[in-house]
Amino acid sequence: MLASLELPPDPLRRNRFGTDLRTIRVLWLREVIRFGRNRLRVAMGLVSPLLFLLILGTGLNSLMGGGGFQGYLFPGVLLMAVQAPALAVGISIVWDRQSGFLRQMLVAPVRRAALVAGLCLGGATAGTLYGLLVLVLAGVAGIPYRPELLLVLGELVLVSFTFTAMGVLAAVCIKRIETFQVVINLALTPLLFLSGAVFPAGGLPGWLSAAVAVNPLAYAVDALRRTLPGDAARLPGTTGPQWWGSAPPLVAELGLVAALAAVALVVAARRFSRAE
Amino acid sequence: MSEYAVVAEGLRKTYGERTAVKGLDLAVAPGQLFGFLGPNGAGKSTTIGMLCTLVRPTAGRAEVAGHDVLRAPAEVRRAIGLIFQESTVDLDLTAEENLRFHAELFGVPRRRARVAIAELLELVELTDRRRSPVGTFSGGMRRRLEIARGLLHTPRVLFLDEPTTGLDPQTRISIWAHLHRIRREQGVTVFLTTHHLEEAEHCDRIAILDAGESVVSGTPAELKAVIGADLITLRTGDDAAAVRALRDHFGLDADAGADGVRVRVTDGASFVPKLCAELAVPVHSVTVTAPALDDVFVHYTGRTIREAEDGPMALAATSGR
Repeated sequence: MLASLELPPDPLRRNRFGTDLRTIRVLWLREVIRFGRNRLRVAMGLVSPLLFLLILGTGLNSLMGGGGFQGYLFPGVLLMAVQAPALAVGISIVWDRQSGFLRQMLVAPVRRAALVAGLCLGGATAGTLYGLLVLVLAGVAGIPYRPELLLVLGELVLVSFTFTAMGVLAAVCIKRIETFQVVINLALTPLLFLSGAVFPAGGLPGWLSAAVAVNPLAYAVDALRRTLPGDAARLPGTTGPQWWGSAPPLVAELGLVAALAAVALVVAARRFSRAE
Repeated sequence: MSEYAVVAEGLRKTYGERTAVKGLDLAVAPGQLFGFLGPNGAGKSTTIGMLCTLVRPTAGRAEVAGHDVLRAPAEVRRAIGLIFQESTVDLDLTAEENLRFHAELFGVPRRRARVAIAELLELVELTDRRRSPVGTFSGGMRRRLEIARGLLHTPRVLFLDEPTTGLDPQTRISIWAHLHRIRREQGVTVFLTTHHLEEAEHCDRIAILDAGESVVSGTPAELKAVIGADLITLRTGDDAAAVRALRDHFGLDADAGADGVRVRVTDGASFVPKLCAELAVPVHSVTVTAPALDDVFVHYTGRTIREAEDGPMALAATSGR
């Protein structure tokens, strides 16, 4: 009757790091498979950034009396493409919590920080793939296909990881799906408008430019804009956040985004680890 | 290590003002099929949560598979399989992927996982659907998949919270057949909750929980023996005369109601011929009913399980989880 008690030595007592890697890998794989299966969601996720690029970009082009505004919008469009799947991970956490799936994972003998890391990497991968699909259309916005685009892709990995970590952090703090969606929408709109993605952040009055300076999205957009090849994404004058009157170095901008991801990840993992 | 698969002493959980579980004592022997019976909101899910290390007890202690739930939660988690009330399969993935992912999370070596997955899919009769997305499965199939998943890492105790809720009667029967089979073939201790009294008959031992307290425990037969007597219901030409005759000839306390004359006796089957021989009034029909767990529940709580569910505790059920 107790045959199961005498099964081979417990395979679970291996080194912790190996277990963590395995956990991260399986959660990452789950997100990637789900991404691959749900083609409709992929298509939907690309529609709004493309509408943004084609409609808003074309409309503002005629307003500006020239061309090139689509190029200016392009970093923001990349950001929009990346954020949808990243935030979907947060939504799925809240959803999983309601449906009980989360408890199914929480009862596994693995470190919860590894669960969070796996989820974030999954969201980052999905986000990067969305970003890549938009990046392929760079020519539409007048951006030349040059090797720098690979650097942009690397930045997109970082940005979508950060987005996912923020979404996961929000998801572990907010229990109700309705609240989550309201909070995300409320937070995202001003963050996007004050990031320099839609209009240059240079000519803003003092308090708004202060808001730009503390907006993490502004650094992400600015870093993307500075890395994109050619001049299509740039406008004369200052477009991004300013530190004491001049633009911060690119590395500092990326470092800030990475630091934000790290903080969000650590806080989310700690909150996630708390038992009821 | 204790000799029991599950032990709890004075286990207690309060949520603010509300006490979900008030000092619970439990002992489940290895290999047993243990049923935890009670109306919704009695504290069953909270108790399972505490035993599975998902809910922190306010007071008391518990050991599962010989490990303390507070001091060694990781060991407890490795030793248990858990099937929740709600369906927790990943709908976007196939049956096989669901199992494979679970095996990865629980650190089952890949080669062993491959064998175990094939065997368990066979056990729950889902082998031919292993490559279909779980989103296309019926409720009963999902539940079966969850049972397979719960067994994948060869747990010593399998917890099931309301495994048959929301399933149609036919599916319920098949789930029970599977539970008996896994208990037999895997030798695992099964700890489940239910609010269906008829299902508790399947268990080796049951404990009745009401308003956060265990009111009684024992085998279904033991509990029914407490009621002691079969219920005989008679339809006669003159109920009042029949009640009188039962009192005068047999010294039994019968009462006449809308559904006829009701009387309790220890051995109903052998009493009926004697009764018919003695009674002068015409008898139209006789029914002998063995005591059911429903009677046990009424005996200990003073109400039927349905009345208990309609009470204010029913509301607490959702917040308790």
